[in-house]
Amino acid sequence: MSRLLLVIAGGLIGAPLRYVADRAVQARHDSLFPWGTFSVNVIGSFILGFLTGASSLFPDSIQFFAGTGFCGALTTYSTFSYETIRLFEDRARFLAVANVTASIVAGLGSVFLGTAVSQSL
Amino acid sequence: MEHHPGEQHQHAEPLPRGPVDPDVDLRIDGRDRRAHDPAILTAIAVGGALGASARYLIGLAWPTPSGGFPVNTLLINIAGCGLIGILMVVVTDVLTQQRFLRPFLGTGVLGGFTTFSTYAVDIQKLISGGYAGTALLYLAATIVGALLAVWTTVTATRALVTWRSR
Repeated sequence: MSRLLLVIAGGLIGAPLRYVADRAVQARHDSLFPWGTFSVNVIGSFILGFLTGASSLFPDSIQFFAGTGFCGALTTYSTFSYETIRLFEDRARFLAVANVTASIVAGLGSVFLGTAVSQSL
Repeated sequence: MEHHPGEQHQHAEPLPRGPVDPDVDLRIDGRDRRAHDPAILTAIAVGGALGASARYLIGLAWPTPSGGFPVNTLLINIAGCGLIGILMVVVTDVLTQQRFLRPFLGTGVLGGFTTFSTYAVDIQKLISGGYAGTALLYLAATIVGALLAVWTTVTATRALVTWRSR
């Protein structure tokens, strides 16, 4: 039960932070590319990679709060996929393919980076 | 409805399609609302907590063994993608006056339910554990399943809305 409360607390912060960050990023450029969602997904992947790599350094409660709750809610697959389909429909097919490729490559890269950073501690 | 100068209208399209980013529509959010409406942020926060809890409980009920294929996260992400496809058509074409529906259900619940970071970490763990084949299969199955889910539900819901409005 206390673990569920930690997940809830993380979700309470992560989801609105995604919205605020997404808005801030979108307001700063005019391109159709969804930089806002891309950014939160890459940053969230880095943090979760770091937490996973450093799991022995932190108590379990941090994993549930910051990992499952916060990073899980900060990052999103539904918005990412919806944006990709919308780009495809708007005939921005290159951007749609670029969104998928860049998100997966950068997301995975930042997980490996986060893990490497945590293991160097 | 007031038209923003930068907004492009494709008259050949049967239904309006809304913004690319389902969470942030600057055409609406930028003009009619204060930058961070506390009521909207609260709706997103509560939705996010609900979505994250559901994801946690599903993972608890169906845990993935080490080195195993992460079926739970795969199905969570695909289900969330299917649901956002339905939601966005409903929000754009049917319940256009519901101010909290998109922030609560879309940005909050579905955004909190689905996860990109766990997806990426799942892949990294599989690769590091020597299960590169499973990692690649999981990577591909999630993205293909997620995109197909959005496309299918968007198309089907639009067809239903068009058929109903005849």
